[in-house]
Amino acid sequence: MAKILAVDDSASMRQMVAFTLKGAGHTVTDAADGKQALDIAKTQSFDLVLTDINMPVMDGITLTKELRALPSYRFTPVLVLTTEAGGDKKNQGRAAGATGWLVKPFNPEQLLSTVKKVLG
Amino acid sequence: MSIDISQFHDVFFEESFEGLDAMESGLLNLEDGAADVEAINTIFRAAHSIKGGAGTFGFMAVSEFTHKMETLLDEMRNGERDVTPESTNVLLEAVDVLREMLTAVQQDGDTDDARIAAVCDQLVEMLGGEESGDLEQESEMAAANSDDEKPIGWKIDFRPHLHMLQTGNDPVRLFRELDTLGELSVTLDESQLPLFSDLEPEDSYLAWHIELISDVAKEEVVEIFEWVEDDCDLSIEALFSVAEASPELEVAAVIESTESVDAIDETQLKAPVAEKSDTKQKSSAAPTAASIRVGTDKIDSLINMVGELVITQSMLSQVGDNFTEEMLPQLIDGLAQLERNTREMQEGVMRIRMLPISFAFNRFPRLVHDLTDKSGKQVDLKLTGEQTELDKTVMEKIGDPLVHLVRNSLDHGLETPEVRLAAGKSETGMLKLNAYHQGGNIVIEIEDDGAGLDEDKIFNKAVEKGLVNAADNLSPEKIHELIFMPGFSTADVVSDISGRGVGMDVVRKNIHSLGGSVEIASEQGVGTKFTIRLPLTLAIMDGQTIRVAAENYILPLVSIVESIEIKSTDIKQVSGKGELYKLRDDYVPVIRLYEVFNIEPQITDLEEGLLVVVEGDGQKVGLFIDDLLGQQQVVIKSLETNYRKVVGLSGATILGDGTVALILDVPGLISLYREPSTKKGLVKPERAA
Repeated sequence: MAKILAVDDSASMRQMVAFTLKGAGHTVTDAADGKQALDIAKTQSFDLVLTDINMPVMDGITLTKELRALPSYRFTPVLVLTTEAGGDKKNQGRAAGATGWLVKPFNPEQLLSTVKKVLG
Repeated sequence: MSIDISQFHDVFFEESFEGLDAMESGLLNLEDGAADVEAINTIFRAAHSIKGGAGTFGFMAVSEFTHKMETLLDEMRNGERDVTPESTNVLLEAVDVLREMLTAVQQDGDTDDARIAAVCDQLVEMLGGEESGDLEQESEMAAANSDDEKPIGWKIDFRPHLHMLQTGNDPVRLFRELDTLGELSVTLDESQLPLFSDLEPEDSYLAWHIELISDVAKEEVVEIFEWVEDDCDLSIEALFSVAEASPELEVAAVIESTESVDAIDETQLKAPVAEKSDTKQKSSAAPTAASIRVGTDKIDSLINMVGELVITQSMLSQVGDNFTEEMLPQLIDGLAQLERNTREMQEGVMRIRMLPISFAFNRFPRLVHDLTDKSGKQVDLKLTGEQTELDKTVMEKIGDPLVHLVRNSLDHGLETPEVRLAAGKSETGMLKLNAYHQGGNIVIEIEDDGAGLDEDKIFNKAVEKGLVNAADNLSPEKIHELIFMPGFSTADVVSDISGRGVGMDVVRKNIHSLGGSVEIASEQGVGTKFTIRLPLTLAIMDGQTIRVAAENYILPLVSIVESIEIKSTDIKQVSGKGELYKLRDDYVPVIRLYEVFNIEPQITDLEEGLLVVVEGDGQKVGLFIDDLLGQQQVVIKSLETNYRKVVGLSGATILGDGTVALILDVPGLISLYREPSTKKGLVKPERAA
């Protein structure tokens, strides 16, 4: 199963995401903002990164850009969690090099099916 | 598969309430003109998180309400809307409503639907009444949907752009997904593949022509390519079509049925909603099981200390295994270390329950904002020492007394701008809240530069209420103390701000019940300062061990004024009042503890024992004891949980030698002395209050 980095400034979302993914057998590391996530990403490798967009310190768009600039993350799937479906954030996420997005609110089943879609 | 996400509700509520606090203080700062993008961003982010979480955890009403706030904040954030006092006030109101809604959801309580609707309307009005375009888009899509004829499948031309792989999207994944929709046939188009020498390994040169035989709607196919539609050339065409049952008909039927559901909803729900609005005030259920957030640094240091304790323990057990007399210094060292470890552990464990007082202070900017709005007073609130930590339980219990004192200062202390100008002061009044540690206590000060206490008015009031005699000559300090007397309420000056039926006597009682004290310093025309002293924790206190005959008791150190040797010449016998001791200009009643506790005395001659002067409920008494022993920190064990409440005792503790000592409750002892009829309360359970 996959190693996943989950990034969200909301503790409840973080716990929900981690719990759901762990339940499906994945290994989950979490981070509360982009900066934290980037520091973690530099020391380990992940099969998938899930990140919220609106976060203090470093937002999800910047995180995605920074990750894409790291050689080991050039092709790693990065999903942004967004509440603005069809909005401008989605385009930003794409411009930053995100693989795709998951629209909030989502339930655990949607999360798992999206992750499955990416990881196969 | 279904996953129970209700287990995350507690965390969601906790962070949402924190978010609301952050929004509130952020909004109040905005108003001060300290607006900057980051400040608005922080407020926006809090709203955004609450909306997202509420949506995820199924609290749709909360999510929808927050969405409106978020939209407003988003416009402010993007500079499309100015920050005005009106919008700030509406948002503050919305924060209140949201807090109420969350509390209601958390405790299964009711909400003030009328208020929610009113604030919701205000938000919508502020947003210009227009709803977001999402709905339109959706209906457009639905319309496009129904135009399609029914094909037998889809012909898909898919040519990724060179950089597509670098978004982490893999064509294989797309094919795998398409495969789940129906029968798939794929033709590779490698025409764009360059010469090997020109090939960039990270680019994608291949294209595919795909035929999918399936009765799925076009949208489902589009959805699979959703993430890559801007990173490829994509065309999806119907593979050939056979007309079947008209889709319009189905859609129409569906719409009809949903409409009728709506109609039922409205008529059926109206009645209960109307009833609900009457009952909603009642519910204020007790908060659910309390939890506490502890910084990892505190936990880490505890673990560190446990480690040291283990080392000390193994060292001591080594010494004990083959003990010889030469090893005595080692043993003493080890015990000293154990003592240090234990003390550090104790402090460390106590620190877990400690929270910065900002949790209690944070509500005041809002309170001051609301109250000054109403009264037309101008007040500058200064908070200092917000990081001072104190026990969570103490914090929870001190909240209301603090609010009362602040309201009091705003209402009675600080004057209107006109009065202030006339008195030669600045228009804006100052209200200062300060907290700091002093010894084992936390000191909280509430200071204003208002009118100060009106001594004549208070004195007259007290005379009127029969609390003092008109002939009494009281010092200003004594007069100030009068406002804490039960039955003293300056009813004719009570306004809607501080007149909430709670007197200052209750404030003092609450503070005393926490083992604390409150003092006033006031000067007419200059201001008033309340100083509250509280123990840092309720679980441990500094105690003085005393001996009465063969028994040891603990007296709380805070209640001791002084200890003296008794000169029998200073003892007066007063009929009906017993023995009084002349303490400088005062007479204090002497309470012989062996009589109170009904034990066989060893000393009955006052000159042979000691008199400990203690203070409780504003009154001093002298306790006659045999001897003073050591001072030590004691861990309080409740009598109520283990036995029952006993007047005159606040609990028990275990001393170093393993014996149990009772902890004396000074106010209780005084009430026993005042009303000897309840004296037997020591052996009887107290009657229900």
